[in-house]
Amino acid sequence: MLVACPKVSSAALLGLLITYGPACAADALTIASFGGQYTASQKKSQYEPFTASTGVTIKSVDYNGGLAELTAQVRSGMVGWDVVDVELQDLDRGCADGLFEKIDPAQLPTGSDGVAAIADFVAGSLHDCGVGTVIWSNVLAFSDPAFPGAKPSRIEDFFDLERFPGRRGLPKRPHAILEWALMADGVAPSEVYRVLAAPEGLDRAFAKLDTVKDHAVFWETGAQMIQLLADGEVALSAAYNGRVQSAISDDAKPLKIIWDRQIWNADYYAVVAGTGAKGRALDFIRFATDTVPLAEQTKYIAYGPVRRSSQPLIAPAIAATLPTAPANFNNALAFDAAWWTAHGDAINERYAAWLVQ
Amino acid sequence: MNRLARFGFYLLCGLIAAFLVLPLLVIVPLSFNPEPYFSFTPAMLQLDPAGLSLRWYREIAESAQWRLALRNSLSIAAVVTPLATLLGTMAALGLRRLPTRPRKMFAVIIASPLVVPVILFATGIYFFLAPLGLTQSFTGIILAHTALAAPYVVVTVGSTLTTFDERLLRAASILGSPPLSAFFKVTLPLVAPGIASGALFAFVTSFDEAVIALFLAGYDQRTIPLQMWSGVRDQLSPAVLAAATLMVLLVTIVMLTTMLIARSARSAGAGR
Amino acid sequence: MNAVSPSRAGWALVLPLVAFIVIAFLAPIATMLLRSVHDPEIADLMPRTRQALAQWDGTGVRQVAFEAVSADLREASATNQIGRLAQRLNRERNGLRVLIDVTARHLEREPDTKLSRIDPGWSDPALWQILARVTSPWTGRHLLNALDLTVTPDGILVRQEEARRLYVDLFLRTAWVAALVTLICALLGYPYAYAMAAAGPSLGALLLFLVLLPFWTSLLVRATAWIVLLQRRGVINEGLLAMGLIGETGRLDLIYNMTGTIIVMVHVLLPFFVLPLYSVMAGLPTSYVRASASLGAHPLRTFARVYLPLTYPGVAAGGLLVFILSLGYYVTPALVGGRTGQLISNQIAFHMQRSLNWGLAAALGTLLLLAVLLLALTLPRLAERGGLRT
Repeated sequence: MLVACPKVSSAALLGLLITYGPACAADALTIASFGGQYTASQKKSQYEPFTASTGVTIKSVDYNGGLAELTAQVRSGMVGWDVVDVELQDLDRGCADGLFEKIDPAQLPTGSDGVAAIADFVAGSLHDCGVGTVIWSNVLAFSDPAFPGAKPSRIEDFFDLERFPGRRGLPKRPHAILEWALMADGVAPSEVYRVLAAPEGLDRAFAKLDTVKDHAVFWETGAQMIQLLADGEVALSAAYNGRVQSAISDDAKPLKIIWDRQIWNADYYAVVAGTGAKGRALDFIRFATDTVPLAEQTKYIAYGPVRRSSQPLIAPAIAATLPTAPANFNNALAFDAAWWTAHGDAINERYAAWLVQ
Repeated sequence: MNRLARFGFYLLCGLIAAFLVLPLLVIVPLSFNPEPYFSFTPAMLQLDPAGLSLRWYREIAESAQWRLALRNSLSIAAVVTPLATLLGTMAALGLRRLPTRPRKMFAVIIASPLVVPVILFATGIYFFLAPLGLTQSFTGIILAHTALAAPYVVVTVGSTLTTFDERLLRAASILGSPPLSAFFKVTLPLVAPGIASGALFAFVTSFDEAVIALFLAGYDQRTIPLQMWSGVRDQLSPAVLAAATLMVLLVTIVMLTTMLIARSARSAGAGR
Repeated sequence: MNAVSPSRAGWALVLPLVAFIVIAFLAPIATMLLRSVHDPEIADLMPRTRQALAQWDGTGVRQVAFEAVSADLREASATNQIGRLAQRLNRERNGLRVLIDVTARHLEREPDTKLSRIDPGWSDPALWQILARVTSPWTGRHLLNALDLTVTPDGILVRQEEARRLYVDLFLRTAWVAALVTLICALLGYPYAYAMAAAGPSLGALLLFLVLLPFWTSLLVRATAWIVLLQRRGVINEGLLAMGLIGETGRLDLIYNMTGTIIVMVHVLLPFFVLPLYSVMAGLPTSYVRASASLGAHPLRTFARVYLPLTYPGVAAGGLLVFILSLGYYVTPALVGGRTGQLISNQIAFHMQRSLNWGLAAALGTLLLLAVLLLALTLPRLAERGGLRT
């Protein structure tokens, strides 16, 4: 954020009246994440303890995933973010495109049980350009009072407007939705990505989505999704499990999670290429992905830590709400980030066009 | 029949007035919602005073983000308002001293920011400022807001000038007053109300502006409209309603004051 | 405006603002227009390919072109631009991202491999026709794209495939919404403005205050207010439910769709119709109407034959203002429009901020600007001519 400082002073020159431009703290770190309950969990378990121990203040920015804003910043040379919380498909792509700094896993602290980081992190959660934090899941969630009789319980029920009438919530991005559409249409989970890769398969997924399009409300952020469910704007929605769990446990909202065919994915911290605060950014990542902060995060959102050493520190009541709890995990599908990295561009474009049509 | 039609007509106008104003009044009670949602709680519907809470007012008063946003909005408007008022007033005074053809051409140029959709301006200024490194800067936002606000000043000052009798100025110069002093003694007092309402327009244009800010502001430049934008779109919380209530209150006070001042000025003028 | 003798001081007073607007407003707009036909991104990333294909006649790819592509890809890898190039080319033809990624990675390991040996895709003549077209910095394809048209590799103009056809419909939808909003504003605004003009000073002041209050209130505040009113658990639905007019399952969908966009746009734009109309009505001498009435004309006839024509200029001014402002509306549809209530401006913002297809955003913007300017220039003249005839 060093670049931001001279801009403020030039504005101050131009405007005789700005005598109090925003504090240009030399030791601040700007972190972009997904907002709402998720960012709140990061603040409590990671940002605030980091500030307390180092004095570095953290500026928290919300974004909706994807690499657009970051790419625009890097292209225009005005990099405002230092650290980004990214999903695996974006991490892969951004790493290939040179948007992120490389991170050496040997620099990460050993787990609290003495196991080296490389062995402590679960497979796949260490990346050339990022360090994993949590495993979260795409699930369906519904508002209990919206279904006084039979409750929806399977992925097929999302598309069954006759037995389960009510408005549907869908994200403005295609991830997990297309997979579900195919599975509800009878494609075996192991076949989903192969079918989706062919044009006919993609058409089939979109045709399935067409059946609920007129009854759907589309949300952009996780916070919106929860609001729609809590306000009764939608009856049944694609959702992120952690935010639904927070609304249930913290605000006593009558919501229910359907774990059938959950599609799990992981989030990572990455350092933005060209940031002026690379050292501080790495300090933060080392701090935030240590055993205790990751375990602490589960108290505020039901996402599973990627360090094995964090597991014993989680209270059993919380552990049962995580996507990785055995009762929830039995027919889970792993989100295929590599597949999405290869096919994402075209599908995102088509999905965006489908939304407008 | 005639009376019935009259009644129907006034009823219709009453409904239109309600359509205009009631939505703004509905947010007032909801801003005292004790819960983090946009709907009335049962206690609020029973008009139980214990069901109301200042929770969201406290939240915006204590939130560093809202405070930063307020400071940014005021700082930007504090530069835009005098700049736009100065440029706009000068242009309004100058336009009538030009021959017809350049006057018409310049009037079109000056009015163009009022006609062109602001999304196009936001797109263009992003392309324009990106190579100069002025996205995510106060300078860029101030430039854009001034371009949007100055035309309003030209319009309001210009409309005061149409009723301004140029013979007064000539009289002053015949009586030996130098042009500059004639300007300060004669022109300025007469167009002052136009300048004041132009400045108010400029302030509101900048203070309310969301689209340019969406394209050009980074974390450090967040303004009140951006804060409200993310409050409505990303994390719906009644804090937005509290802020909205304060803004409606502010607008009401400013409008009542200007109306009262205008009325007393008119009656004072009549008294003379 | 009363006459003032032209003077040099006039120029000195006007030019600062004119210069400011030219630099801070017209130059950015011009930049946007330029961007819709000038897109040097690929040309800058593939300078050698561009040179090799500039004079190409379209038949038989020469060795020099293969070498140029190979050298450009190696340089893009070295400067970390390969991802950007791959993404950009993929937009021109789906599948090119993978081809570029694979080829670039291979070339990093073995810089001298022939392209056609890395991937047979490089032997496809259609690919080279696309490359020749996209490496030219001047292009009409963004504008074509904004009209749902595209050019096949053999240079034939065709409509986009159906899944990508949306902008013509969106332009039509935008025009339709603007017309509907203008009509509703006229139906609500005309009686209201008449009441303002006809009322006594205190009631007139009150009615004026009631128009000006929303006019001066932030757009975002107004959108928030309507969300509170119109959502499914909002004030209106709860009220209807309490009165027993609808059941729990019969809640009305009043927002996050086209209905929401139209209601809120009417609320935002109504003052823009009322205020110019009011200023015309307030300036009308009442003697005509009285004369007509005293001659025994029926009040409705008086209204239709005398009063209404006199107020045409106000209706035209207000209507034009509302229509033009509606065409470019962004904030309201973005906040309350849901999926079906989006307008062309929202798509421009989408391509600026999310898909980063800046050329297409500029092309859509250029078309919207043309529409607005055309209306702003022709409609007042048409109205004037119509006004002369009556």
